[in-house]
Amino acid sequence: MKNFAKQALDTAVTRGATYADVRVVGIRDRFLSTKNGEAAQVRESDSLGLGIRAIADGAWGFAATDELTHASIDRTAARAVEIARASALAKKHDVQLAPENKIVDHWEAPCRIDPFAVPVSTCLDLLLKVDAALRRVQGVTLAEASMDFRRVEQLFLSSLGSEIYQVKTQTGAGYVGTSFADNEIQRRSYPNSFGGQYQTRGYEVVEELDLLGNAPRVAEEAVALHKCEQCPAGVRDIILDSSQVGLQIHESIGHPIELDRVLGTEANFAGMSFLTVEKLGNLKYGSDIVNVVADATPAHGPGLGTFAYDDEGVPGQCTPIIKDGLFVGYLSSRETAGAIGQTRSSGAMRAENWNRIPLIRMTNVSLLPGTWKLEDLIADTADGIYMETNRSWSIDDRRYNFQFGTEIGWEIKGGKKARMLKNPSYGGITTDFWNSCDAICSRDYWTLWGTPNCGKGQPMQTMGTGHGAAPARFRRVQVGVAYPG
Amino acid sequence: MNLSRQRAEEIFSKVLKYSTADETEAIISSTSYSLTRFANNTIHQNVAEESGSLSVRAVVDGRMARASTNKLDEPSIRQTCEGALMLARLQPPIPDLLPMPGPQMYRAVARSYSETAGLTPQTRAETVAQVVARAEKDHLIAAGVFASGASAYALFNSRGLGAFHEETLSEFSVTMLGESSSGWAKETSPYWAELEPLELAETAARKALESREPQEIAPGRYTVILEPSALLDLLGFLVLDFSGLAVHEQRSCLTGRVGQKVFGENVSLRDDVYHPLQTGAPFDGEGVPRQRMPIVEKGEVKNLVYARQTAKRLGAQPSGHGLPLPNDIGEAPVNIVMEGDHSSVDEMVRSTERGLLVTRFWYIREVDPYQKILTGMTRDGTFWIEDGQIRHGVKNLRFNQSLISMLGQVEALSVPQRTAGEESFEMVVPAVKVREFNFSSATKY
Repeated sequence: MKNFAKQALDTAVTRGATYADVRVVGIRDRFLSTKNGEAAQVRESDSLGLGIRAIADGAWGFAATDELTHASIDRTAARAVEIARASALAKKHDVQLAPENKIVDHWEAPCRIDPFAVPVSTCLDLLLKVDAALRRVQGVTLAEASMDFRRVEQLFLSSLGSEIYQVKTQTGAGYVGTSFADNEIQRRSYPNSFGGQYQTRGYEVVEELDLLGNAPRVAEEAVALHKCEQCPAGVRDIILDSSQVGLQIHESIGHPIELDRVLGTEANFAGMSFLTVEKLGNLKYGSDIVNVVADATPAHGPGLGTFAYDDEGVPGQCTPIIKDGLFVGYLSSRETAGAIGQTRSSGAMRAENWNRIPLIRMTNVSLLPGTWKLEDLIADTADGIYMETNRSWSIDDRRYNFQFGTEIGWEIKGGKKARMLKNPSYGGITTDFWNSCDAICSRDYWTLWGTPNCGKGQPMQTMGTGHGAAPARFRRVQVGVAYPG
Repeated sequence: MNLSRQRAEEIFSKVLKYSTADETEAIISSTSYSLTRFANNTIHQNVAEESGSLSVRAVVDGRMARASTNKLDEPSIRQTCEGALMLARLQPPIPDLLPMPGPQMYRAVARSYSETAGLTPQTRAETVAQVVARAEKDHLIAAGVFASGASAYALFNSRGLGAFHEETLSEFSVTMLGESSSGWAKETSPYWAELEPLELAETAARKALESREPQEIAPGRYTVILEPSALLDLLGFLVLDFSGLAVHEQRSCLTGRVGQKVFGENVSLRDDVYHPLQTGAPFDGEGVPRQRMPIVEKGEVKNLVYARQTAKRLGAQPSGHGLPLPNDIGEAPVNIVMEGDHSSVDEMVRSTERGLLVTRFWYIREVDPYQKILTGMTRDGTFWIEDGQIRHGVKNLRFNQSLISMLGQVEALSVPQRTAGEESFEMVVPAVKVREFNFSSATKY
């Protein structure tokens, strides 16, 4: 593969590229799911191809192919340069990249148990046991469980002389019990909704989740939701569980700090950001206890945004985003960092596969833990609602106005978790909300969640991102907003 | 270069050579796709890809699995066949698994144009330059995409079924940004000469200019006129509910509502891949011919759609809407045509005392799966209407609205048109005027 990559670089440079980089990417996927006592999906796929990005006449071009022959590689590299020259027909200025060093390295993400070596029958057996445990609870009308494994091998070469080989293994698993009754559909998921928990590790992720042990509780909650009261509408203090805090970070911090949005290049689709450049270092994003980092380094944990180098060959970094409530950093690329006068990219360029260009994507955007025990936080709350597990999420195209729903809630009265509430929802304006945060639980309650399905770009790219979070309290939030009165 | 039927047959013959499954199905496809992306009045991304894939479904002893690859050399084909068989053998049998369908007859649909497949990056760049010039005339900033491509899709199985479909696509969308406002427009077509990039640019520019310095309005229930893209992106959330399997599994909002008048008298929907403004192949994920299927007639939920397996389980007839097996969903109508009327958006505005005109929605998500409450934001051109005239732009609003209720409150419809949005696949839908649409909060721009 290295020969093909070198050939592509050479062809691009010979054709006039002033900069080029090549990624050869191989991906293997396995997806297993069960539904109501049967294997539902058993499928595996592999993909191998090469993408080349080139600057010629001061503009970008990109071409990709999965035909790995010398003739096709030459044709594809030449096409990337030709496309770059076409881009130059409508350019306003030449592309400038922030400086970067030549890097030659090899990195493999830790993976204790290769998920592809675990027999499919073992995986399906566990999923079917979970399925049976869910359906053992009367009232559960649909049980769905899944496991999702991915291995990504990537060789990156650039005309700077960089040569980086990386291997990552990702594992995800989860389930949902659905109950239909009385013209109402209620669901409970474990350990998170929309596929469960995902990390850049091996099958040990599945083993640590105790999927089976949690199934009876999850199923009982799905059924019990039919009989409980609707989440009230009004202003309440809320405590969010760590997975919901993770999605709140994703939508209302992770996306607005993407510098390509800020600079307008996502305006037609994913949208822009309220975090215009004059706010850097000046905006009070959250309360004094809010500290957020974008951390791709393995030291942060095995998140879906963990890597040694991004897809421009920039080392993974820990970038402070919010420090003591103050907005201090963006996610950037070599091009966008230079555009706002920064000397180096934050190392956040990531591509879905060989046939997509890298875009600025979240790495692991995490809220650093606080000091509270969850029990103490509930005891400290006189009149509030505890909300758990995301059910719906939406935010405007500049990332101000958000609304979330969760699968389940509990009223908190006089410092005690009281009656169950169904259909909880809350909404607000991003900076008002983060400034209302007055308590964050400690490292003991902190989980590095994986969001495997973040969409961005045209053509659309799906990317996995990581979000470390602990339960947190937010004061005087509008709740019950999703249900019209 | 795009896959030919002959090349697909050659690949399938190798699949049959290496597959030792009881039954074998292969989906063989190719894609050639290019996209020029612009923002800040300049091209900032310009990409092209060529790819192919082989996906093999193996059935052995009542067990089924799928393996896929994009490597089409003989060793990879062999490995993929073996992989599918190995995965199939490792799982429990599937009760009442049907044999694969035999040979079928398909109605021809012509959706492939060499002019679209041959569109060059230079042509796309020159078009973008013209659109940028239009933006700069009014000190606006343009962002958007101009994409084109060709795809081929073949489905063969060991019982003699052979299906092949070629299609081209083109897409132009543009957002025009002013200092306090924006406008948007989009079109798609298999034949790129049908696109009107400069007219789209003009529409987006006009929306941006007419919504400058938007004013706040209080959240509440308003009469709204939804342009076709706004309606499309809402309707996309209803599609999976017409699956026979979804109703059977009680995960559809139509559970208990089939045969009932759920929507208004003026709402009729059908699935019709043969409609001249539709796109897609005339067969489903198992190679079954797609049928025209009325799903809502005058507000009544008339029919669901069924894959073969669902139909067998439920005693219904397959309708040609199955997804490739194995899957969790069952089936879905993906060629929606909504009947319209002869009202125009201008007439709807003139007949509105107080209300809002919505260009498109953004980040729509389902809040409640049975009431079908959706939330989302307005975006890129929302206008206040008073006494039959558009008065000014308004700051964007969040809605929480039951789609079922909304489709019972439609007061007027336009002639349906091929419509593209950003949150659903394309459909043929009208603009509609709807009363008492619920907006729950506002944002800051």
